[in-house]
Amino acid sequence: MKILLMGNPNVGKSVVFNRVTGANVIASNYAGTTVEYTKGSMRLGDTRVELIDVPGTYTLEPTSKAEEIAVEMLSEHTDGDVVINVVEATNLERSLNLTLQLLKRKIPIVVALNFWDETKHKGISIDHKKLEQILGVPCIPICAVTGEGVNHLVEKIKEAKPSNYEYEDEERWHEVGDIVNKVQNVTHRHHTWLERLGDASVRPLTGIPMAVVVMFLAFKVIRFIGEGLIGYVGEPVFENLWAPVMMKLSAFMGSGGFLHDLVIGQLIDGEIDFGQSFGLLTTGLFIPIGAVLPYVFAFYVVLSLLEDFGFIPRLAVMVDTLMHRLGLHGFAIVPMLLGLGCNVPGALSTRVLETRRERFIAATILSIAVPCAALQAMVVALVGEHGTGYIAIIYGTLLAVWIILGLIFNKTVTGESPEIFLEIPPYRIPYMRSLLKKIWIRIKWFLKEAVPFVLLGVLIVNLLYTFGIIQFVGKITAPVVTRVLGLPKEAVGALIVGFLRKDVAVGMLIPLGLTIKQLVVASIVLAMYFPCVATFTTLIKELGIVDMLKSAVIMVVSSFVVGGLLNLILPG
Amino acid sequence: MTEAKAVRVSLAQMRPGQKGKIVEINGGYGLARKLEALGIRTGKEITKVSEQLMRGPVLLQHNNTQAAVGFGMASRVLVEVDGEG
Repeated sequence: MKILLMGNPNVGKSVVFNRVTGANVIASNYAGTTVEYTKGSMRLGDTRVELIDVPGTYTLEPTSKAEEIAVEMLSEHTDGDVVINVVEATNLERSLNLTLQLLKRKIPIVVALNFWDETKHKGISIDHKKLEQILGVPCIPICAVTGEGVNHLVEKIKEAKPSNYEYEDEERWHEVGDIVNKVQNVTHRHHTWLERLGDASVRPLTGIPMAVVVMFLAFKVIRFIGEGLIGYVGEPVFENLWAPVMMKLSAFMGSGGFLHDLVIGQLIDGEIDFGQSFGLLTTGLFIPIGAVLPYVFAFYVVLSLLEDFGFIPRLAVMVDTLMHRLGLHGFAIVPMLLGLGCNVPGALSTRVLETRRERFIAATILSIAVPCAALQAMVVALVGEHGTGYIAIIYGTLLAVWIILGLIFNKTVTGESPEIFLEIPPYRIPYMRSLLKKIWIRIKWFLKEAVPFVLLGVLIVNLLYTFGIIQFVGKITAPVVTRVLGLPKEAVGALIVGFLRKDVAVGMLIPLGLTIKQLVVASIVLAMYFPCVATFTTLIKELGIVDMLKSAVIMVVSSFVVGGLLNLILPG
Repeated sequence: MTEAKAVRVSLAQMRPGQKGKIVEINGGYGLARKLEALGIRTGKEITKVSEQLMRGPVLLQHNNTQAAVGFGMASRVLVEVDGEG
């Protein structure tokens, strides 16, 4: 037996899913958070049944890729399967449009009326008993984020049954209207402050300054939290607690030799230097946990807050005109924002875009010019010592590349780029527990993805040096790396390891003693030249091999062009 | 005594804050279907919430649903507004 969670986008299916399975999937306050289905299992009486979080759909006549997946999943159902139709109680009319389409499929259904608490603030009262009578299936009021009514919903699953409600397809909206008139009563009320704020943030006069302030504050808060955690937690823990342990281990291992250098790394003036030693247990742990994690955490706190509040779709509206110049529309800001954390979820979320052209453009400029948090953390740490001006050069260059590539693609890539069409959800006060849970899911995902790859990266760095491979490749590539980019030939090691992890690659620059100009060039080339392996495999899945190869050529060429230009232009 | 004359304008031409009733959705099946999915159809009362500079997207509201549509789409939605309003 399978249970399918279905409903309009952004009605809280993923929240219900998390509630009843105890599993963790990402839920946000905008349409299209779930772009592929997630499976989980839940207890129903004495048996465990499979629960599937289906991407949101407004209709069973699909208009996008995510909707196609939803309809496909529905048609694959077998006897005994049940649909939980999650409905937005504050938007009964258009939710019922899908409900009536589902009823026609004659599958056992339970209707969950989510956002029941919000109906009260909005002056809406719904007679759910009457709705139950009319539709002939259980209709349960719930508030998914607080969990109210969810247990009741689960109990009612066994009462799910196919409805015998009949209507003509052409008359569907008419039927919906009749039902709404019978069960819903709306009383007049004043706008809440959240609604007024919501409207103000989509008017140009107030919205543009608000968006600028929010983005500026977001940036400030991320730096404040990130730097604070590194300065007061990350570094002290590694320097004062972990270093003595490692020194003992180092002495125990004889302060040298192949195995020692692999585990502890090189001692710098007889001490461990977490940036330069490059042992598995020193630099290998310090990079992901001491240097990168604080920024990743800070980034996800801010992003998750903005997502749950409902700011992202409004930002999409504000940047729509700019994004059109790049062959995209405003909602393409979502992959870019997610990409600033990690390019993998960024690349996955290009699915919210409708056409192949848009997905190609978005994925390519994302993986070239949107640096992930891990890379940013390392670059800020390394370049920041020389002054924030240099950090500004790096971000400014990447932004310029992002825009210029988009402008070029908009003129050259064939295909269509449709206009924006996006539902704007109301602003909602984030519910603390689900917010924390979401941040936790993302952190856990980062640790699981990053730590093994960083360790593998550090291991490979050691092997490459031991067997003289870096020196060898360095000689071959010297004409490009040294002449064009103005970097020492050892820097090619960073380009090799960058395919595995960009943060480790930046870390490899530390012992090279580069000038600030070389650091800026190397950071930008590392950000642009190729995605890390995790992003690379995701892109192959999303774009297909052919488009990915095209994209890869553009990446390599543009990074060397930009790196070469900077090498010419920058003084020093 | 003159009756307020109903005027037909496109959603793109409406002023922010203005209310009206949709009388026609041109521009093919796609747009009509997308709007319909949100419960926005011919005959429905809508409010134009805002518009962006340089022919940017238009925000409209129907009941508790708000949607942003591109300027081109908004030009193809005809709305009957109050003459004075």
